[in-house]
Amino acid sequence: MNIKKIILGVASVALFLGLSACNPGEGGGDGGTTGDVITVGFAQVGAESGWRTANTQSFKDYFVEENGFKLVFADANQDADKQKQDVRDFIAQGVDYIVLAPVTDSGWEPVLQEAKDAGIPLIVADRQLMVADDLYLTYLGGNMRGEGDTAVQWLVDHIAAEGITDPINIVHLQGTIGSTAQKGRTEALDEAVKDKADWTIVAQQTGEFTQAKGQEVMESIIQQGLAFNVIYAENDDMAYGAIDALKAAGINHQELIIISFDGNKSAVQMVIDGDIDVIAECTPLLGPQIADLIRRAEAGETLDKVTYSIEGFIDSTNAAEKLPIAFGS
Amino acid sequence: MSETNILKRIVRHRMFFPLLCLVLVLLINVIVTATQAGASPATFFQITFIKETGTLAGPLITILNRSSELVILAVGMTLVVSCTKGADISVGSVMVLSGAVSIWLLGFGTLKANNYQVESYVVPYVVGLLAALIVGAACGLWHGFLVAKLKIQPMIATLILLIGGRGIAKIVADGQINKVRVPSYRWLGNTIENSQGLNPLLLPTPIFVAIGVVVVAALLLRFTALGMNIQSVGINDRSSRILGLNSVRIIFTVFVICGMCAAIAGMIATSRIASVDTQNIGKMIELDAILAVALGGNSLAGGKFSLGGSVIGAITIQTLTTVLYSLSVSPDQLPFFKAVVVIIIVIVQSPQLRPLAEKALGGLRRLFGLPPRRVKKPPIAGDDGQVLDVEPEYEETNFSSGGER
Repeated sequence: MNIKKIILGVASVALFLGLSACNPGEGGGDGGTTGDVITVGFAQVGAESGWRTANTQSFKDYFVEENGFKLVFADANQDADKQKQDVRDFIAQGVDYIVLAPVTDSGWEPVLQEAKDAGIPLIVADRQLMVADDLYLTYLGGNMRGEGDTAVQWLVDHIAAEGITDPINIVHLQGTIGSTAQKGRTEALDEAVKDKADWTIVAQQTGEFTQAKGQEVMESIIQQGLAFNVIYAENDDMAYGAIDALKAAGINHQELIIISFDGNKSAVQMVIDGDIDVIAECTPLLGPQIADLIRRAEAGETLDKVTYSIEGFIDSTNAAEKLPIAFGS
Repeated sequence: MSETNILKRIVRHRMFFPLLCLVLVLLINVIVTATQAGASPATFFQITFIKETGTLAGPLITILNRSSELVILAVGMTLVVSCTKGADISVGSVMVLSGAVSIWLLGFGTLKANNYQVESYVVPYVVGLLAALIVGAACGLWHGFLVAKLKIQPMIATLILLIGGRGIAKIVADGQINKVRVPSYRWLGNTIENSQGLNPLLLPTPIFVAIGVVVVAALLLRFTALGMNIQSVGINDRSSRILGLNSVRIIFTVFVICGMCAAIAGMIATSRIASVDTQNIGKMIELDAILAVALGGNSLAGGKFSLGGSVIGAITIQTLTTVLYSLSVSPDQLPFFKAVVVIIIVIVQSPQLRPLAEKALGGLRRLFGLPPRRVKKPPIAGDDGQVLDVEPEYEETNFSSGGER
C-alpha cells in the first residue's frame, strides 16, 4: 500500500517536472561558445498576436547552425518580471549575445547592468527601452512614432481626397499600455487631434493588442451610443475584434474608416476586401536584420544606437502586391 | 408575522447578499451609462432589435453574453469548493487546452500547411467538441486522482495544470494563434446564422449554453443524491465515509464536472474570436471564478453551497467589468478594482466582524438613549468549523446601564 503510494507520488512529481519543462525556453542549452557558433539568447515578449508569433518565427528560422548561430529562446508570457528572470538566466548560461524584446520600457537598469558586467552585449529589438545608452549595444525595430505619423498622414490625405467635411470622431483602441508600439502610435494620434479642430477622440481604451479584448471593448463602446466614423486600432488583431463587434451590432464597418497597424496576411486581405482602409506597416521579420547587426559587431564595427526597419503603408492602391509577401496568417 | 420579521427573513436569506451586490453594481452601471452624452437612466435597460443580424442587443444582453463563460466555470468551481474546501485554479488553462486540442483536431494535419488556419474541417465539428469535453474530463480525472487518492491539497494539485496546461496548449497550437475560417465555428460564441444571415434564437448563443449548464447542474443536484453527497464530504470527509459514502468517487466527480465546465467555456471563448489564442484565453479567469463563488455567499471553507449565488456572483463580476470599461478603466487595471470589491465582501462576511458591528451599534444606541436591540446568539460551530443550520433564536441583551436607571 505504502509502496504503491510512493510510486504514485514519484510518478506525479515526474509528470509535474515534465509538464513544467514544456515551458519553452527553460530547457536552455549549455550556452557558451562552441566553435564558431554564436549563441544568442532571445527574450521574447510572448505570443500575444500574429505579429509576435511571426517575429518569433523569424528568429527561430534564421538563428540556426547553418547560419552560424544557436538560439536559446525564452517567452515571457507578457510578464515583465518573468522576462527579467529570463535575461538573468541567459547571463547565468553565459550566452554570447542577448536579444531583448522588452515587455515594458522601464525598470531595466539593474538587469542590463548585470549583463554589461558579465560582458554580454545586449541588443534591444522591436520595443525601445528608457535606459542610458551605454547599457545596451544597439536597438533595432520599427519606428512606432513614425508608423503612427504615417497612419495619421494617410487619414489627412484621405479626408482631403474624398472631400469629407463631417467632423472626425475617432474610436482609439490602444495596445498594451506602456509598450513602445502603444506609446508611439498613441502619441501620433493624440498630437494630430490636438492640432485639428474637427478631430475628436470619442473613446480611448486599451484592447491589449488582442482580438478578444478588442472585440469586448468595441462592444462596450458601441453600447455607450457614441457617434464615431474612424477606428484607429493599434494592431491588426484588435481591428479584427472591432470589426466583429461592429458586424454583430449591425453597423456597416465598410462605411467607417478603419485604420490598423502591422500588416498580417489576413489584414492585407481585408484591405483588398474593403474591410480595413489602411494598415501602417510594421515588419516583424527582424531575425536576419539582428543577425546582420551581430555579425557587424563581431567584425569590430561600431553600430548606431538606433536602426529603424523600412516601413510604409498598405491601402487599396498597393494591397494586392503586398499580399504575397505579408507575414503571419 | 410582523413586517419587520419578514424584512429580517429577507435580509437573512442566503441569496440576499449576492443579489444586493449585483443590484449595487447594476445601479452604478445605470448611473455611469446615464451620464454619457445623449443618454438617460433608461439607456442601460434599452434592448434594441438589430435587423441586419436578427439579434437583440443592449447593455444587459452584453453583460449576460459576456458572463457566460464565467457562469459556466462558477458552476464547476462551486462544487469543487464545496466538496474539497479548496479550489480548481487550473480552469483557465484547461479552457485554452481544450480549445487548442479541438482546433488541432478540426484541422488535423493541415494546420501548418495552411499557415495555421483551418479552412475546412478535417473531422466533423462534433468530434472537435467531444474532444474538448474529453480533455476537460481527463484534466478532472487527473485532479481527482491527485486530491482523492494522493491527498494533495486541491490548490497545489491544480497548480500543476495551471502552469502546465497552458504550456501543453502552446505546444498543441505550435506557438501560433490558430484560426478557424469556417463561418459556423463562430456560432457557439457569437450568434447562429440561418440562410438569410439572421439569428433564429434572437440572443447570443453563449447565454443559452450557460443557462443549459446551470439547469443541467441544478437538476443533477436536485434529483440525485450528488448535491447532498458533495456537501457531506465537504463538511466532514471522514464521517461521510463512515456513513458509507464513497468520498473518493465524489471528489473525482466534482473535478470531472469542473473540467468539463472549463472545456465548454473554452469552446465558447475560442469560438468568440474563431481562433485559439493560447496566451490570452482564460488568463486569470480562475480568480474570477473563485471570486464568483465567494460573491455568491458560499464559504470557501467548503460544505453547504448555493449554485444560484455563484451564478449571480459571476454576473456581478461581469457587470463590474462592464462598468469599468464604460468608465474607460483599462483592462489591466481591472484586478485592482476587483480586489477592492473582494476586500469589502470578505470583511462584510467575516464572522469576527458581526459581533463587533453589533457591539458598536449597541454602543450608539445607548449613547442616544434608545432601547437595546435584540441580538442573535452566535451560531453553533460543528466539526471542521462548519456552521450548522440552527433555527435562529433571539434574546434580550443585558446592558448594565440598560433599563436599571
